[in-house]
This record gives sequence, structure tokens and C-alpha cells, in this order.
Amino acid sequence: MPKTLFEKIWDAHVVHHANDGTCVIYIDRHLVHEVTSPQAFEGLRMAGRPVRRPENTLAVADHNVPTTNRNLGISDPESKLQIETLEENVKEFGITYFGMNDKRQGIVHIIGPEQGFTQPGMTIVCGDSHTSTHGAFGALAFGIGTSEVEHVLATQTLIQKPAKTMRITVDGTLSAGVTAKDVVLHIIGLIGTAGGTGYVIEYAGSVIRDLSMEGRMTVCNMTIEGGARAGLIAPDDKTFAYIKGRPMAPSGENWDKAVAWWKTLPTDEGAVFDKEIHINAADIAPSVTWGTSPQDVLPITGIVPNPDDEPDTNKKAAIIRALDYMGLTAGTKLTDIPVDKVFIGSCTNGRIEDLREVARVAEGKKVAATVQAMIVPGSGLVKAQAEAEGLDKILLAAGFEWREPGCSLCLGMNEDKLNAGERCASTSNRNFEGRQGRGARTHLLSPAMAAAAAITGKLTDIREMK
Amino acid sequence: MTPFKTLTSIPAALRIMNIDTDMIIPKQFLRTIKRTGLAAGLFYEMRFDEQGNKKPDFILHREPYTQSTILIAGENFGCGSSREHAPWALLDFGIRCIIAPSYSDIFFNNCFKNGILPIVLPQAQVEELMNRADDKQDITINLPDQKIVAGNTVYDFDIDAFRKHCLINGLDDIGLTLEKETFISTYEENRSKERPWV
Ligand code: SF4
Repeated sequence: MPKTLFEKIWDAHVVHHANDGTCVIYIDRHLVHEVTSPQAFEGLRMAGRPVRRPENTLAVADHNVPTTNRNLGISDPESKLQIETLEENVKEFGITYFGMNDKRQGIVHIIGPEQGFTQPGMTIVCGDSHTSTHGAFGALAFGIGTSEVEHVLATQTLIQKPAKTMRITVDGTLSAGVTAKDVVLHIIGLIGTAGGTGYVIEYAGSVIRDLSMEGRMTVCNMTIEGGARAGLIAPDDKTFAYIKGRPMAPSGENWDKAVAWWKTLPTDEGAVFDKEIHINAADIAPSVTWGTSPQDVLPITGIVPNPDDEPDTNKKAAIIRALDYMGLTAGTKLTDIPVDKVFIGSCTNGRIEDLREVARVAEGKKVAATVQAMIVPGSGLVKAQAEAEGLDKILLAAGFEWREPGCSLCLGMNEDKLNAGERCASTSNRNFEGRQGRGARTHLLSPAMAAAAAITGKLTDIREMK
Repeated sequence: MTPFKTLTSIPAALRIMNIDTDMIIPKQFLRTIKRTGLAAGLFYEMRFDEQGNKKPDFILHREPYTQSTILIAGENFGCGSSREHAPWALLDFGIRCIIAPSYSDIFFNNCFKNGILPIVLPQAQVEELMNRADDKQDITINLPDQKIVAGNTVYDFDIDAFRKHCLINGLDDIGLTLEKETFISTYEENRSKERPWV
């Protein structure tokens, strides 16, 4: 029977299959951060349980860390305690940890791939919904809650039922100015934030194959915004080249064995998916969100929608609520919306390729006087790489702030947040009410479009930038 | 975990779709290292104004809904992050059961780990129950029978048999999994032979 990539990974990880279909599945890699782990470690301690596979577990502090003046430490006492708690826990349970002053520190979903910890065919979990990012490597990666974090720490397994499978095939050629971010925003706009519920989505087609590993990570990262458990992309030579030589990647004889197995993973010809969606690349425009859900997305050439055009009463109410929150009037051209802040970073778009793109747009230009634009690299290594390429100089000269790595304004748990009513062009993944600060207004877009917005002071069609 | 069998309450209806985890419990409450005490942050921005004063017209601040242990909401409830702080906050506030047309997967799963029963009903039935809630009529959830009794109307609901068993008996997943220790060790032995690089 021909099998999908998902089925092959699933089958390789079933530890126990109960009669009612409930499975115990083995977890190869577990990423841990400070926000969703303290209660899990506390649970282990109370039950006197050890961590079963500390060597398959990697911890980092990312959500609470400051992005400026790190030498001053963390000022908020609760944030500080949360990170100190993680530091005590990793010591007590013997887990590898990248602390705030480690060069390798960064956002959990950036450092996993960067270290070669993330590999094809693995099951990877983290107490974080954007764990879907790692699916770009052909790994089955998904977010879990804290009780499950404790379950994985204690048993290296999870209790699961197989997901339904969906394949989204994007064929054709992307138009000028269209990036991986636009592809995934377009997909979410199409299927809706609940469209993927219960599914694992495999992305296929020439557009996906042609994306860089960074671009593939952006697509898989936002899969969770479409409600799916996980995103997957078949591993190929690009994947193997990315992993080779990274600190935690296999080497020598093991490398050859690993690659041989990885090559068996892609979906077999004739395998059947529960659902198939085909998208023509030519239909995807540079995109931006106007509302408070990632599905509220439009081409940048669009106008703010009118609730009166929506026949469904629940949806109409949602549009009215979103417009009110966002301070927008139906009919306004998206390119007429001014922004106060620009945030470039997050596990969606905080990688080296993203920073190169921003520098390309910003080179020789100036951030608008009305805008504060910050760049928060996804990890210490991304930051160092950008500095080695001189990107920091270009960006600082253009008037961007160049910060230390972390989650930062993606969710505003540290001091980086928006004030009520402030409007932000953001490369992150969520535009929920209050996400970037109480009353804050978020427009999601690609790094290039964020850079363009920083320069013009309003949402801008990247194709109009000289 | 407290076992869940039956529950009677006047539910509170929240007529909003896509209630996300940032709405249920905003980030400033995620700095805690405890599971308890999160009720203070539940639906914070809907419940309190910028000065931190209670918004008296918010449903959970109005009588009799201050006593509700059942919440009824729009589709895709709990979308967004994996934060278990969302079910912890609901539980700490006293909510033991949610009724909605659909949920995000992670939130749905997290509820069961904390003794909260998330029930899926078709949109039309959810609306009937919301109207009943607005009329301050109570309902009874009967988990063993998988029924909701609302006056003269009885609604059936589906639930995964394993999850039902764990909820009714208040069972801890980790304990159950550790009973499969021999399966796990055998798997690990095979894994190190078949995929030695892992
Ligand atoms: S960057 Fe944002 S989405 Fe990614 S892990 Fe951090 S908070 Fe979550």
C-alpha cells in the first residue's frame, strides 16, 4: 500500500496500539522553553520521576528575555523567576540548555534546525504551538500543552490518535514580490483558521520544492494558524544540505545511514490523502492582514472589507468586532493605512534569509520619521551571521533598531510591546486582539513588505518600491 | 484530577467565534510557575478595563452567570497557542465544561488533561443552548450517558472512549503510560538498532 509521508513517520513511531485506536507514540526530540515547562518539572518532582531521555531534550530561554541591555539582567521579577526556574530544572534533570548569554540562544524553533537537532522522519514536540515549524524538514512536529510536556519528559512518549491527512499542492511560478509568507497567508485566507483542524498538512508542488529551507520553515510555522496539528514537507537534497555538518546532526557512517532512510520518507506515488487542495501560484499576491485573525488576509492592493457584504451573521459580527478593534473603516485602501511600529523577527521570519531581504529593501533608504522599526534576530547565530555579512550596518544606517534575539514583540512577554491603539506591521504570525499589547493593532506581512512599510510609514505594495 | 460525572449549572453564553488563547489568558499571566491562581487573568481584557476595574456588563460578572460552571461559545474555541494556562484559568474560575461547535486541537486536548469536558455540538444546537442560557435556565451534563438535559430536550454528544474513561475516573495519563514500560523499552532498543543516529 502506498503511504504518505505522515503515515511513514507515524508507523515508525508507534510503541503501542490499543484496540480503540489510541496509540502510544515515541517522541524523538523534545524542545523546552521557560513559559510552558515549570509546572511540568514540578509535576515530575512531586511524583519522583526522572526525565527519561535528557539527551533528546533541549532547553532554551526565549519568550521572556530582554532584547536590549542584557548585561542588566531581567528586570521583571516574574520573568526572572521563570527563567531561573528553568535554569534550576535543567540542572536538576540534566538537560542541555542555552542560557540568555549563550551565543546559540534564540527562539526555540530557530535553534532546533540551526543546531541540527531537527531531522527528517523524527517526531518532535514542544510546549509551543509553532512547533509545526520543524515540519519543513519532513519531521512530524507539533505543539503540546504542559501536561503533555510532563508526559514526554517522564515517558518520552505521547498518547495520540492518528491525524487525518491533507495535501496542499502549490504549482506554477510565484509573481514578483511574493514570498513564502505570502504563500502561507494566502493558504490560511483560503482554508480559514479552523480549516486544518484534525489534519496534518503536507505541502507539495513546484513552489514548495523551490522554496529555501527558511521559506519552508515559514510555511510550516504558520500551519498552526490554519488550525492543523502539523505541517510537513518532503525532505530532499536541500534538506540534507541544510542539516549536514550542524553540531547535533549525524556524522560519518551514521550520516550515510540517516540519509538513506530519509530518502525513503517522501509520500509514495498513489498514496491517498483525506483531502487535497490545489493552488495556482499565479493567484498569490503580496498579502497583508487587516483584522484580528490570520485568516483576515487580503492582497495588498485590496480594501478593508465591509461587514454588510457578509451574509453569515456570526461572520458579520466578527468583521464588525475586528474593524472596531483595528480602528479601520470599510472601504479604506490597505495602502492608505499608516503604521507606528514595524517588527521584524519571530520564529516565522527571524532567520538569516529574512534579514537579508529586509536589508535589500532598506539599503540606502531611511525609516520614516513617524515609525519605530525594530529587528530582533531569531537567534544569536542568526545575529552573528547577519553581522558577518554587514547587514546590521545597512539596517542601522537606515534607522532600524538592531536587537538581541528572542520572541520579543511577537507576543510581548518581555518589555517589547505596543501601546493601546498603536499599529504595527509585523512579520510574526498572530494578529489576535491584545497579542502585541493591550489594544495593539497588528498587520501580518512578509519581511520585505515590513521593510517597505518602515520606509514609507504605511502599508505598501512591495512591487511599488523603487 | 477531579473525576467528572455529572454537572448542573446555568451556562454562560459567549457569542464570539475564534476565541483565542490570548483572549482567554493574556501573556502577562503566563509568567507564573504555578498552575493555580490564574482565574484573575481569565478573559482579562473583556472582564476589566484599562484601569483594572471590573466591566460589570461582561457575562461572567452578571448574575447568575458568576456561578456558571459551563461555558457556551462560538466555533474554533481555544485557537492559537498551546498554553495550558487557558484551561488552568478556566478551571480556576470554576468552569468544568465548555460547549462549542468546534475547538482547536491543542486546546481540546489540554482540557481533558485538567478534568474539563469540552463538548462538540452542531451550531444549531449550540444556539438553542445559548438562548436557554440567556433565559437563565440550567442544564445538566451527564458524561457517563453522554447526554445534555435541557428542560424537556435531551442532546446526545460524542466523546472518545479512552478520554471519557480517564475523565470519569480522574486518571493520570502518565501513570497509565508507565504501565507500558516494556513496550517503551523494546521500542527504544529497536530504535537504536534501526536509527542509530537518533
Ligand atoms: S516567536 Fe512568537 S510564535 Fe514563535 S515561539 Fe516565540 S512567541 Fe511563539
